[in-house]
Amino acid sequence: MKYALFLGCTVPVRALNYEISARKVAERIGLEFIDDNRFTCCGFPVKSVDIEASLLMGARNLAIAEDLGVDICTLCSACTSSLTEVNKVLKEDEELREVINGKMGDVRYNGTIRVRHFARVLYEDFGVCGLKDFIINPLEGFRFAPHYGCHYVKPSEIYSGFDDPEDPHTLDELIGVTGAESIAYERKMLCCGGGILGIDEEVALKMSAEKLMVIKEKKVDGMISICPFCSIMYEGNQRKIEKMITEELGIPVFYYPQVLGLALGLAPEELGFSLNRVKPKKFLEKLKAGAKV
Amino acid sequence: MPLSLKKTDPSFKFQVASTPGGENITRCFACGTCTAGCPVREIDERYNPRKIIHMALLGMKEVILKSDFVWLCSACYTCTERCPQDVAITDLMTALKNIAVSEGYIHPSYVEQVKALEAFDGLYEIGDFDNKKREKHNLPQIKREQGTLKKIMEETGVISAVRRGGKE
Repeated sequence: MKYALFLGCTVPVRALNYEISARKVAERIGLEFIDDNRFTCCGFPVKSVDIEASLLMGARNLAIAEDLGVDICTLCSACTSSLTEVNKVLKEDEELREVINGKMGDVRYNGTIRVRHFARVLYEDFGVCGLKDFIINPLEGFRFAPHYGCHYVKPSEIYSGFDDPEDPHTLDELIGVTGAESIAYERKMLCCGGGILGIDEEVALKMSAEKLMVIKEKKVDGMISICPFCSIMYEGNQRKIEKMITEELGIPVFYYPQVLGLALGLAPEELGFSLNRVKPKKFLEKLKAGAKV
Repeated sequence: MPLSLKKTDPSFKFQVASTPGGENITRCFACGTCTAGCPVREIDERYNPRKIIHMALLGMKEVILKSDFVWLCSACYTCTERCPQDVAITDLMTALKNIAVSEGYIHPSYVEQVKALEAFDGLYEIGDFDNKKREKHNLPQIKREQGTLKKIMEETGVISAVRRGGKE
């Protein structure tokens, strides 16, 4: 199985632990990633400024993957929705496709590949049963709160029936594969607020705080994220949020491949845990002690 | 601010409806499902999607385009998923922002983002420092072709629009 790995803007600079663990997991289960320096920003940030510019950026990235002859695998949920949407719009609108192709110059979009998030690739290509065959070190006794993020499942119109936008289950099942428990909690689908961090920091942080406070009560070993920007909100900004709400949170936030990697028998040192901003000291100690509570 | 009919533009709803994303604005029957489920509205009353849609339908163009609130949608799509009239509110907000930019109003945050894309072909620069760090972690080097996005943004008028709006 070969995929073009679309890193986007945030992962290769601000979420190295996500990239490191995703690549390790892929290697372990026989998934090949192709890197291409022609990839740029997906186009999501300019959508609010000029939708045509975002279409052109998206189409160009899609055309590069077509040139490689492989589907795109993404790590960032905003890249996922942005590229998936451009792909859908251009596949369905021949007239617009020609307009966009006419403006692209060096490459041409034909609509021959698919875009899927890494978690979705794991869920669909390997499946819960398929992944279980690779588990060497089940994380029994661990409890995690899944954070799906918005763009992994929404707008549902572009994801052709993948998961439920109001009550999704795929990440819960993927966490279950590791042997850990994926807990249910209120407001599971609350947005992290990352989309407006640059517009109004206070509002954005309050949105993140809301969910972190619910999760704190659940006494979990950590929160599981599959989007670099959601992690920036919940993990990178956790200190700021603690100050704002004058309450200690101390909730580690892991990327799903970090946790899956552990269950696959990889060592924490190979999965970028030292780069996590909320230091997962307790978690790593519990892991060493071989928890089975 | 009370509505003054003299200051409204009755054709604004048609302008919105002809902008990508805004096509379904006139379908809104003001049920308020969007506002009820909006996580931003829950925290900040300035952002109220039902109110914004109604203002647009009444033609309060200038108030909307000059506002802070139009930029406050976090694009979570909760409203889009639940809207019984398929108004696609998240996309509608995108359309309103696109119109605001084309008329010279842009939020400073987007000015910065466009500048970054123009210079780095991504939101963040990936320079020698970052590539050394990547090398340390056995990650491949990233060397983007410079100027790809600048060209796209020049051709679509984004760069000139940002310069215009930035001077406001």
